Formats: sequence, structure tokens, C-alpha cells
Amino acid sequence: MKIMVCPLNGPRNISEFVYGGEVTEMPDHKNCTDAQWADYVFFSDNKIGVVREWWLHAATSYWFIAERHTGTDEIVRTYSTSEIFNKRVEFTPQPAEAKS
Amino acid sequence: MPFSLLKYGLNKDYPFEQHADLPTPTKLKSSYDVIIIGGGGHGVAIAYYLAKYHGITNVAILEKGYLGGGNTARNTAVIRSNYMTPEGVKFYSESVNMFKNLSNEFDFNIMYSQRGQLTLAHTDAAIRGFRQRAEVSKHFGGKTELIDPQQIKELVPTLNMNPGHLPVLGGLWHMDGATARHDAVAWGYAKGATQRGVELHQLTEVQDIIVENNKVVGVKTNRGIVKCGCAVQAVAGHSSLLAAKAGFKLPIVSYPLQAMVTQPVKPFLDQMVSSSALHCYVQQTSRGEIVFGGGSDPYPLYNTRSTLDLKENLLAHAIEMFPFMANLRLLRQWAGVTDMTSDYSPVMGLSPVDNYYLDAGWGTWGFKATPICGKTMADLIASGGKVPELIAPFAMDRFKEFRQVNEMGATAASH
Repeated sequence: MKIMVCPLNGPRNISEFVYGGEVTEMPDHKNCTDAQWADYVFFSDNKIGVVREWWLHAATSYWFIAERHTGTDEIVRTYSTSEIFNKRVEFTPQPAEAKS
Repeated sequence: MPFSLLKYGLNKDYPFEQHADLPTPTKLKSSYDVIIIGGGGHGVAIAYYLAKYHGITNVAILEKGYLGGGNTARNTAVIRSNYMTPEGVKFYSESVNMFKNLSNEFDFNIMYSQRGQLTLAHTDAAIRGFRQRAEVSKHFGGKTELIDPQQIKELVPTLNMNPGHLPVLGGLWHMDGATARHDAVAWGYAKGATQRGVELHQLTEVQDIIVENNKVVGVKTNRGIVKCGCAVQAVAGHSSLLAAKAGFKLPIVSYPLQAMVTQPVKPFLDQMVSSSALHCYVQQTSRGEIVFGGGSDPYPLYNTRSTLDLKENLLAHAIEMFPFMANLRLLRQWAGVTDMTSDYSPVMGLSPVDNYYLDAGWGTWGFKATPICGKTMADLIASGGKVPELIAPFAMDRFKEFRQVNEMGATAASH
């Protein structure tokens, strides 16, 4: 079976992992249009080459990022999400906004 | 005899060429009214209906490999219309009706065989879904009903009614379900189209799409630049890559789908039987081989390799349905790259580029839509961009307007 290296658990069978989509930049959810949000949610580059992807190690519910070639299926690198996402995104409305 | 051999030997032309079913032009013209990218079933069907109903014959089909050599040859040739949404059922029913008459129309046998398709329910939720699908199908004139385990046993005596932990509770019996030889469908359309004057250029790869002022003016191929009045892409499996050349993104992700076929055995199974809980569908071809396939691969890939884990899974499920299959040998296995959309419906019609039309997002439901897709896309092209009502719900804009056509329940592993 194909092996993927989980940044938390080390090398594991690929069947333990779940694919979670391309890593794309999230538009500012407070100010973007519906079309921009739809583009973010539904549309995909879907190219051949090395792509940054979300993956989940299902057994430990651990999300991480993998760089994988979508033509050869070669997994180039896997790493923690903290390498890319190091700022908190606030989804809960702030008290001032909630009133309006 | 020796003299005629010598005569043929010295002749530059292959002697049978002029009587060939499929005229093969050697030169590309500098310009065409319509360029169809992709010479699979869909591409040649569009060309056929453009020529037949609209008299548009200055058309080139550009195919990077050979006629019907991509996903047209890789699908498992199931024709059915027992979908879930009214939009889907109307569209696929029309396709099933068109398939019935294709052999006559082509004067070429596509080996259409209406055997009925049976989908098994192993949970109460599936039974509820089937009730809805049966009613929607009947409403639009289809022959579909919910049947109980006794009826299933009578219909398919070889089926194991208690596979593992999932006893069969009922079935959706779709009498309109059929199969046909997929290659023959492409050949029949290609023959009809080329005999009306359409040019089919094989081994002609479109490398780039030339867009000026948001209009397609031509395409760059490995045989030079060709101008066009408009273009349509029918390259399911690689739709996103071509769309990127035209300058836009699609709501599509490409996944491989694997299938297998066993050695031939004597006829035992008339119907096509599928189970979405076991992720498996099984049918016997007219040659006696058993074709079976399952769900898509678990993650996207542009590759038709096969994997041992998916094969083992699929075999286990097929054997649970028909235990005697454990004694059969596999003849071959293969995979195709499929355009998966998040709502399991196609992406057809207009694109962000004015005169560039889309025939994409065909996931695992492309073969069965070949005739109606060809006809409606031909209407769209001939009218210069007026979208036929039947395909309006499948426009790419549905994702921006949050109007998806959800066919997931009726599609996943029940081809």
C-alpha cells in the first residue's frame, strides 16, 4: 500500500488519510461578494503538477498539508498547517457588529 | 492476382481508403466555422447533430489521440435515467429515448440492449430515496418501481441477498436501463458526421486556445494554428486543463475511476445490478464477461494507474454480491480520469468566454448522456449561444448562484 508521512504520526498507510482539497487563499469573509466566496468554495485550478493540499489523518483527526504531484501521485513533502496559517481568523461576530 | 497486388503495391493510396466508412482528411484547413475539441462520443455527437439538424458542416473535430479512445472506451456502458432531481431525470430520460433508435438512425449496430437496471437498498434511508426516485421517474414517463426482496430474488436468482452485514431490503427496478457498445456509439456518430462533411482529425492535439477581446479566434495545435468561428470543448477528464488555456477555472476536480472485467462465463445475469452501500455495480456483457466497477478513487489524480487496495475492495464487494465470482479469473482492469463536480451534475453550456462552449463535468455519467448532450450542444452552437431549456440547469453559473442540481444519491457507484 502507498505510504504517506504524517507530520504527527510518521509513515502510515494512505488508507488512513482523507483528502481535503487544494490549499487556496480564503477571501475576507466579511467583505467579499457571493461570487468570490463561491469561487473559493467550488472552483478549482485542478492542474497537473505539485499542488498544496489539505489532508487529514483520520485516526487522530489531525489536519496537515501535503505537497503532492497530481500526475505521478508522488508525495513531495508533508508539514504542519502552522507553516502557512499563523494568524487567527475571527469568524464569530464581534460584540459591536452583533448589535447592528 | 499477382498483377493486382503489384498495382496496389505501386499505388500511393491505400486501395480501400476511398470507400472507407470514416473519411480521413490529411490536411487541416486554415479556418472552420466550429471547432470541436475532443473526438470522443460527445464531440462526434455534437458534430453529427450540427450537420444533421443545422446543416453546419464546416466543422473540425480535433482529437489528440484516436476516435473514442479516451473515456468513451473506458466507461462501463450503462444507460439509465433513474436520477433524483426533475432536471436530471428529464435530461437523462431524453437520452435513453434517443439511444433506442440510434442503430436504425446510423444504419450501424450499436448493440443496444434494454435489460433493466436494479439498484439495491440495504438501509431504510436508501428505501426512502428510492421511493422518491421511482415517483420522479414515473412523473416524467420512465418505467421505474420499488420492488421487495422476493421480487429481487425472482429477478436475479444468483444474487446473495445477505451480503455481509448489509441484507438487501429492497430495490429500485429501472426497466428503461440498458447497455450498448460504447465504441460503436462513437463510431456511428463519427460515420454519420464525416459522411455529411465534418472533418475528424485524429492525432491533432490542441495546445493552446487563442482568445482576443473575450472571444475565441482560433486554436494552436501540434499541426499549426487553425482559426474558428466558435469552439466547444468536449474533453471530460481533462476539462480543467483546457479551460485554463481559455483563461478560466471550472468547478471540477479530476478523480480516477477503476473498473474490471472477468473471463467470459455462460449467461447468468440479464440485468445490471448495483449497490451504492457496497460501492459496486455488476453487469454481464453479451460476450459473457462480467464488468464491474465501483466508486472513484479517494483522492484526485490525473493518472489511469490501478491500485491494489481499490482492486481488493471492489473484488470483495463484487464477491459479496455474487459469491460464485470468487472462482473467476480477471481478464483485465483499467481506469479513466473523471471530471467530478460537487453536485454530481455536468457543467454544460456557456463559458466566461463569449463563443466558447462547455461540455464538461461528466464525472461518471457521461456515456449515458451522449445523444442528448450532442443534440442540445448542437442547438446551443447553431443558435449562437441560446441555451436550450433542457440544459439550462447545468450551467456553470449555478455554482455562483448556489443553485446546484444535487444528484449525489442517484449517482455514487450506481452507474
